[in-house]
Amino acid sequence: MNKHLLGLEETSEEEIRQILATAFSFKEVLSRPIPKVPTLRGKTIVNLFFEPSTRTRISFELAEKRLSADTITFSSSGSSVSKGETLRDTARNIEAMKIDMVVLRHNSAGAAHFLARCVDSIIINAGDGQHEHPTQALLDMMTLQERAGDLRGLKVAIIGDILHSRVARSNIHGLKKLGARVAICGPKTLIPREAEQWDIPVFHRLDDAIQWADVLNILRIQLERQKTALFPSLREYASQFGVTRQRLLRAKKDVIIMHPGPINRGIELENDLADSEFSIILDQVTNGVAVRMAVLYLKSGGRLDAEQGG
Amino acid sequence: MKSISYEKAPELLIRNGILLDPASGEERRADVLISDGRIARIAENIEQKNIPVFDARGRYISPGWFDMHVHFREPGREDKETIATGCAAAVSGGFTGVCPMPNTAPVADNRGIIEMQIAKAEGTPVDLHPIAAATVGQRGEELSEMADLVDAGAVAFSDDGVAIATAAITRRAMEYASMYDVPIIEHCEDISLARGGAMNEGAASTRLGLPGIPGIAEDLIVARDILLAEYTGARVHIAHISTAGAVELVRRAKKRGVKVTCEVTPHHFCLTDDHIESYDANYKMNPPLRTQNDVEAMIAGLKDGTIDVIATDHAPHAPEEKEVEFTAAPFGITGLETAIGLIISKLVLPGHLSLVQALEKITRAPRHILNLPQAIVQEGEPANLTLFDAAQKWQVRAEEFYSKSRNSPFIGEELTGRAVAVYNRGLFWQRPAVEA
Repeated sequence: MNKHLLGLEETSEEEIRQILATAFSFKEVLSRPIPKVPTLRGKTIVNLFFEPSTRTRISFELAEKRLSADTITFSSSGSSVSKGETLRDTARNIEAMKIDMVVLRHNSAGAAHFLARCVDSIIINAGDGQHEHPTQALLDMMTLQERAGDLRGLKVAIIGDILHSRVARSNIHGLKKLGARVAICGPKTLIPREAEQWDIPVFHRLDDAIQWADVLNILRIQLERQKTALFPSLREYASQFGVTRQRLLRAKKDVIIMHPGPINRGIELENDLADSEFSIILDQVTNGVAVRMAVLYLKSGGRLDAEQGG
Repeated sequence: MKSISYEKAPELLIRNGILLDPASGEERRADVLISDGRIARIAENIEQKNIPVFDARGRYISPGWFDMHVHFREPGREDKETIATGCAAAVSGGFTGVCPMPNTAPVADNRGIIEMQIAKAEGTPVDLHPIAAATVGQRGEELSEMADLVDAGAVAFSDDGVAIATAAITRRAMEYASMYDVPIIEHCEDISLARGGAMNEGAASTRLGLPGIPGIAEDLIVARDILLAEYTGARVHIAHISTAGAVELVRRAKKRGVKVTCEVTPHHFCLTDDHIESYDANYKMNPPLRTQNDVEAMIAGLKDGTIDVIATDHAPHAPEEKEVEFTAAPFGITGLETAIGLIISKLVLPGHLSLVQALEKITRAPRHILNLPQAIVQEGEPANLTLFDAAQKWQVRAEEFYSKSRNSPFIGEELTGRAVAVYNRGLFWQRPAVEA
């Protein structure tokens, strides 16, 4: 097992399965009247969030508290460099206060890899630039396992801005390792030119992706991409790539809809679809806490079969 | 950073060297007697009493090497490099001539800075020929005072760091510079395509999630400048060429007689973007490392003469600037002290270029492009010599750099070929025994 969780590209199938299995047992903990275990008592975890994030930060904080770790969160938007102190210095200073683990969210791809080189603590990547967001993909996979069972052969279409999406990259690596089939769908301007290296189908027409897929994982479209001419307007994006009930007429009857949030309702996803019987979006959120508990637990030296206390 | 000292040696006898002439390709065993800073005699077994002797047994004697693309950071960022430390790095790398680029702070767009830079290289064995900014402040708006700058000692014009902003200004810069027969040196990068990028756009950037700089951003400006050079009849030199597409554009332009030349850096013929795997910012430079296909095109271009020159783009940066997240780090690596090792290890030993062909690209070709007098190893000529061991295996070690900076991706690498001594301007330097 790797010391850190930097990305799913370098995480083995075995380790992914182990994390997911552990997450399911933590999910059971979360359903108890007192949803808390003493597993990480005495461990100190620092959440370094250099990018605005609400749900990922809260999810990690909750996971840490459910495991009884001591935690502290440092949030700052913009890069650390603009504050005059480098990421390396910030982390080394915090490490000098005797900590065990750092959860890092940063706008620069590779920031977690960089930090893993300059400090001794265990690093958990909570999203690095456009590179990876491994815990998001893990919670996506957990939620899919919950709904669909074994992922082997399951067809997952990731829809939207693939070019800038760390969620897409982590999902592609993770899902392929578990035997799922992955496709990507989006306007040509938001699909990397070199996407063929992933050896997966690429759709530029939403209807084709919908027809192909068992699962639609719909990404958030960022308005600022329109400012750099990556697509003409939100209106046009919604008309071409927005998932609606009308379009779902072509879909499999039991199609599953996922979204990493936050949702632009009425843009990439029709308002009521987010809350429909197809949607497992809120399950994703719940499972996010369980998956993060599993990652923190396993990385701090826990084993799947160990006594989880409580 | 090591400190350096140069010996005043108006008289020197170099014994038992292998004289290598890039012009004729000849190799012969000879002694070289230097008197009053000039080559007094070349012969076998010269007997001369009471003067210092350097035994060059097994070493080559070449005309002094020339690097037409370095950044010495003075004025402005003397914490990274000064002219003195840059010249020391040059000497340790075997270079007796360099051209510092004008992207200093303030920009080298006026006589004062050019004269200062030349003056600061006095007392070193390095001929320093500054390249001045093509436009005021490198802003791409108004031409710099080219006549005055040439008079002060500038040998070419460039907005290196960026391309000259528009086709219109590039055209005027070419026309104006051609009156003084100095080339425009272009950093070819269409900024509208490259902005925000941190590495080559390709399979590696897609996997690593780093914003890409597409090769076509280079090709477009190379094409623009070739057409403008053809239109104006002026000379353009393409700095640090890095894409297969750009090499092909230059190849075709040369065939139809356009006055275009180009240079490649050692890292662009040695490394690919796959090396960025670990997000180490010592692999971050501009132009970025490209693909294996591009590396092969660099080698092919060097072989068939499309690429005239090897230049290092020596770009020192402070450790605190480089030891950061990849996207936050500045572009550039040092190059002077690893150049010959890479040339011999990656071009000569694998058989891509002969030693003479390789030396041509760091001796005669750059001086020719810049209209500078050639360094010639001949009786009566000023002694401007680089002595090197083409077979010496050595390990690149940061502690042995004479540069103030150590941002090199080659630290730790085993290379073959190293300069052992240089002689120029009456000054002699030999590598201290502990490093050999």
